[in-house]
Amino acid sequence: MRAFTTLHGLVAPLDRANVDTDAIIPKQFLKSIKRTGFGPNLFDEWRYLDPWEPGVDNAKRRPNPDFVLNQPRYQGAEILLARQNFGCGSSREHAPWALADYGFRALIAPSFADIFYNNCTKNGLLPIVLSEEQVDQLFRETEATEGYRLYIDLPAQTVTTPSSEVFRFEIDEFRKHCLVNGLDEIGLTLEHADAIRAYEERRRQEAPWLFEA
Amino acid sequence: MAGKTLYDKIWDAHVVRHNADGSVLLYIDRHLVHEVTSPQAFEGLRLAGRNLWRRSAVLAVADHNVPTTDRSAGIVDPVSRLQVQTLAANCRDFDITLFDMDDIRQGIVHVIGPEQGATLPGMTVVCGDSHTSTHGALGCLAFGIGTSEVEHVLATQTVVQHKAKTMLISVDGQVGPGVSAKDIILHIIGEIGTAGGTGYAIEFAGDAIRALSVEGRMTVCNMAIEAGARCGMVAVDDKTIEYVKGRPYAPKGELWDKAVAYWKTLHSDPDARFDKAVRIDAASIQPQVSWGTSPEMVAPVNGRVPDPAAETDPVKQRSVERALEYMGLEPGMPITEIKVDKVFIGSCTTSRIEDLRAAAAVIKGRRKADNVKQVLVVPGSGLVKRQAEEEGLHKIFIEAGFEWREPGCSMCLAMNADRLEPGERCASTSNRNFEGRQGQGGRTHLVSPAMAAAAAIAGHFVDVRNF
Ligand code: SF4
Repeated sequence: MRAFTTLHGLVAPLDRANVDTDAIIPKQFLKSIKRTGFGPNLFDEWRYLDPWEPGVDNAKRRPNPDFVLNQPRYQGAEILLARQNFGCGSSREHAPWALADYGFRALIAPSFADIFYNNCTKNGLLPIVLSEEQVDQLFRETEATEGYRLYIDLPAQTVTTPSSEVFRFEIDEFRKHCLVNGLDEIGLTLEHADAIRAYEERRRQEAPWLFEA
Repeated sequence: MAGKTLYDKIWDAHVVRHNADGSVLLYIDRHLVHEVTSPQAFEGLRLAGRNLWRRSAVLAVADHNVPTTDRSAGIVDPVSRLQVQTLAANCRDFDITLFDMDDIRQGIVHVIGPEQGATLPGMTVVCGDSHTSTHGALGCLAFGIGTSEVEHVLATQTVVQHKAKTMLISVDGQVGPGVSAKDIILHIIGEIGTAGGTGYAIEFAGDAIRALSVEGRMTVCNMAIEAGARCGMVAVDDKTIEYVKGRPYAPKGELWDKAVAYWKTLHSDPDARFDKAVRIDAASIQPQVSWGTSPEMVAPVNGRVPDPAAETDPVKQRSVERALEYMGLEPGMPITEIKVDKVFIGSCTTSRIEDLRAAAAVIKGRRKADNVKQVLVVPGSGLVKRQAEEEGLHKIFIEAGFEWREPGCSMCLAMNADRLEPGERCASTSNRNFEGRQGQGGRTHLVSPAMAAAAAIAGHFVDVRNF
């Protein structure tokens, strides 16, 4: 998993509450055999004027000019600013895969759906919970200032605005440890590789037939 | 100190380490892989630059998407074809044994594991598929996992698990003639409900379970998941050992003797304590037919469709009403008056040689009813198919107007071309009767192979005991 320490990134504001995983990545994309490549279909139904069809080249579809991510000033955004209960709906891991594949590295909202929050941290995406007032303020500032960037410091658990205002956020120690060190669950388990090898050695003595071939 | 349950014994033998939060790192002996739930796991490995921990523990097969008609034409649907091709490419890249579509050993992942001796007593077995519980019939600990966990097992040979509670389901006495393993498990689910086993590992025991063949026990464990439990298991006995003997992946010679000595310890101790115990009287079990859209909605074949008006609990009443509406059934109608449009004999629940024998025995010399549009017989593996043909079973099916197909999941979940049309009613030997499971708008009645075959001949459900 890609490590997350600090980020100085462009912010895009998505001013809607209760954005669900089906809006983030609609179900017709779940038949894919990949966990990458979902970026062009992130927010598919909002993002394009013509509906998706199998085999269609996304580059040839007409972008919806009213959708925020299609505005030139937000191209290259790495931080998504959102409203409450972001990521509600199904448990599909495709939602964080799509956000990450698009290029987002952090999300800021007053609240996130549980499973989605978990899935984000498993995929190197940092969900940050700030208060309603703070999020309101960030929406105002982002919309008022072209090229608005925030500085996120995960080890210090802070978000710093261009005017040096500092907002502190909470995250549990274990998740923070995983994100800062780029450890996914597999990475964590592999920290115990010696224990796994020792187990195999012992087991090979007790039950050698399990280790044939 | 109380003795150990079978579950405890296998669990304890596989703990690599205890984590701070109470979970454990559990070692996995056998990892079965199929095309639908593995592609993202392999991709994840590549993205992270990781390799397999132990390639010899992995066995792969394509089953969900493969056509059950002539294989030489390949797979027509491009999405299905790509999934199957991707599995082949991943197996090549990571040097994993694959039974591809043209291999005689190919078949449904839960049929081929035991058939090959790739799943053995005492093992921990996982697969990215909920019906992995099937393998527990051999006295092993087998459960389904998600795609992230598939990747985790490929990379570390372990999964992070919390221990389940234990439940003993004892089926006492003997079932009557014409009552099969499928009827036993449908009856159990009807008794305890689809959430009855949630959070538990179920051990099936009692005379009626002991009396089943290992294949019959697989049918029972297969549907532990429909009872809410992630795994079902049966203690090892002489039948288990006899079943495993001589299979390609089973140990040989000295190792065999050593293994057998260990396997004989794989039963719950007489003083073991279970968190919950359920007793079922085998003699009371009748041939079952599901009438609704959940596997707990079952009735004996000589019973009736329930009347929601007779339900006192309003929540249940509504769910019965909704199910009857979807299923297009009248309250209180006799089960035997339900006519069927299609019949499906197959799936990882019941597609082994015994199941095919049971179906063939019922129909020998008869023909399917005119109102039955299609009867599919889909063997669980290429080897089951060959065995059936050696015994001449395929001729009995074909003469009855049934279609004799190539092995795979087929109409169990309708991911390939085999499916129900809206409103069509099917007698199916599979395990799930959810809305749309066998095709959008399709209506599924879960039954045993003999009951399915009899329905195909009669055109409606009949009691196989006096058929
Ligand atoms: S036969 Fe049906 S239940 Fe079994 S593995 Fe295939 S799709 Fe799943």
